[in-house]
Amino acid sequence: MSELFSQYNYVIVIILMMTGLYTVFASRNLIKKLAGLSVFQTSVFLLYITIGKVSGGQPPILVEGGASYGTDVDGHALLEGTIQVAAGGGSYILPGPGSDVLYSNPLPHVLILTAIVVGVATLSIGLALTVRIREVYHTIEEDEIEEKDFIYNLEGTAD
Amino acid sequence: MALLNFIPDWLLTHGPAFLMALPLIMAAITSILPNKRVAWASTFIVTAILTITAFALALYNAEVGTTVYKMGGWAPPHGISLVVDALSAPVLVLIALMSFVTVIYALPATVAEIKPNKRAPFYAAFLLCVAGLLGMVITGDAFNVFVFLEVSSISTYVLVAMGAARDRRALSAAYNYLILGSIGATFFVIGIGFLYMETGTLNMADMARILADLDGGSRVAKVAFGFIIIGLGLKLAMFPLHTWLPGAYAYSPTPVTAFLASTATKAALYLLLRFTFFVFDPSYAYVADVLMYVLVGMGVFGMVFASLQAIFQTDARRMLAFSSVAQVGYMLLGIGIATTASVGAGYLHLINHAVIKGGLFLALGAMWYRFGITRTEDFKGLGQTMPWTMGAFTILGLSLIGVPFTAGFVSKINLAGAAAGAGWWWAVGIIMLTSILALVYIGRLLLLAYFQSPPTINGVVVERNEAPLTMLVPMWALALGSIFIGVESDAVVGASIRAAELLLGTG
Repeated sequence: MSELFSQYNYVIVIILMMTGLYTVFASRNLIKKLAGLSVFQTSVFLLYITIGKVSGGQPPILVEGGASYGTDVDGHALLEGTIQVAAGGGSYILPGPGSDVLYSNPLPHVLILTAIVVGVATLSIGLALTVRIREVYHTIEEDEIEEKDFIYNLEGTAD
Repeated sequence: MALLNFIPDWLLTHGPAFLMALPLIMAAITSILPNKRVAWASTFIVTAILTITAFALALYNAEVGTTVYKMGGWAPPHGISLVVDALSAPVLVLIALMSFVTVIYALPATVAEIKPNKRAPFYAAFLLCVAGLLGMVITGDAFNVFVFLEVSSISTYVLVAMGAARDRRALSAAYNYLILGSIGATFFVIGIGFLYMETGTLNMADMARILADLDGGSRVAKVAFGFIIIGLGLKLAMFPLHTWLPGAYAYSPTPVTAFLASTATKAALYLLLRFTFFVFDPSYAYVADVLMYVLVGMGVFGMVFASLQAIFQTDARRMLAFSSVAQVGYMLLGIGIATTASVGAGYLHLINHAVIKGGLFLALGAMWYRFGITRTEDFKGLGQTMPWTMGAFTILGLSLIGVPFTAGFVSKINLAGAAAGAGWWWAVGIIMLTSILALVYIGRLLLLAYFQSPPTINGVVVERNEAPLTMLVPMWALALGSIFIGVESDAVVGASIRAAELLLGTG
């Protein structure tokens, strides 16, 4: 039980993920399905950010000339060696091995920024489609759409 | 090779980046071009250049082996790499070539099916889709795969929905595809996240190395593999996850159907190969189990049940869509047996089926263009009213069944041989059975077309009304291509065996 509390962000991820997925499959309203999809995708954002967090770590900000700007929670360096950064002709040093700064992994944040954009694009296309479906079918309930399509099928599509 | 001398060096060096950057940039430009022929011409030129580039890269790859392009000069594993190897090169050629063929066909088809003010956006979305598909095949970075997967998927949703001008059911089909496609892509990205947790890298070659060091990895890697298989399974229409496919294929504009059928599921299958054999390895127990029980199991179920469903369809395009699900089953069976010969056969069927199904959907599109035909019963007398279109349809249909001297025969005989070689005699039986089922659903159309007279409408017998040349040329190119592969199979079979050897490390 205490393990669940110490890893509470994973618990939240799982709850969000399952809530979203269930909403997508269980609801028959097109907008509600999209809302479920959004919740599902959001849980992934949270998962990635959880991966990137190093406990006690600071934001990964470039340090000029390699000067340190702080220490980790215990007040001493945990890592050795330096990472030169190509930007700025090598005058910046990433707080990493060698600096006395423990930093969170920035990469998952960058990745998830892309995934957020993808999520927004998907949602906007989904909403646009819902608007068009509402215009054509005059409903956004899947059952009614299927009923109308069924009648349409029986009548045949050949003009 | 002599042909390579005509290709400038910069194209061979920077070709990989060019392949995905050109359609991306041109998609933005095409969207603001005038709607008439200009947008089409720009798409035509772009896809022609892409085809040449992809061919050049494939020839270059055959000569010098795997090339890794460092995007922006950043070395992998930190930078993004673009990899052209024996596995990706043929798929690149396939996607570029099919996009080129489809664009030729699209000139008359879009005039009939897309509203005038939507034609430039249509071509822009098409180019975006091409860029996404090429990108996800060529990239060596796992997260990049997800981004390109979504670029191609989102543009595909738009393309499918554009069929609403012809049939309103395209809208609900596009919506279903969007929901299931997004769930698939999200599962995939969860899998990539877990893989990153396990290995700390995103470069696929690096992942493979670290996973091998970890001897398959911990439970995190297993969970990652599960998520990736489900995500890709949705994208490639693995049997129980295929429900988005028939609607999307049946109601989208006809050029989109042909392009999707021949490339979208194939690019996802390529990713499945890349992940199961390259990033992961069948020597890990959990991968071997998934290959044996999930891919083979679902593949075989898909072959039988989707073929049976195809027989009972009244809409010709839905019928071919179910047939596509069945054909994906053949490829999954080949992948699942996991010997060099069987993976090669699966890969071969991937290429052959793309050519066959692309051509069949082009022929169906031409029939809709002239006579508004969507239902199977409307095939009556097509052998007389559209002899050339029906001729191409017949050749490709026979190829789908697996008649000798066609592409379908080559891949099915290879697959059956590989299954027999691995001792899977029951699988050979299933391949035979589903080929007979294919004979039933294709034969039904051929009987109607050749042994029934054209229908009489308002007391007048329907007269011969052949499809325009811009439609006939692409479909005959694919029909002759399928015969060529059937007769001169060495080049394609060789390429597929090289791909399988690369994957299984038996080269």
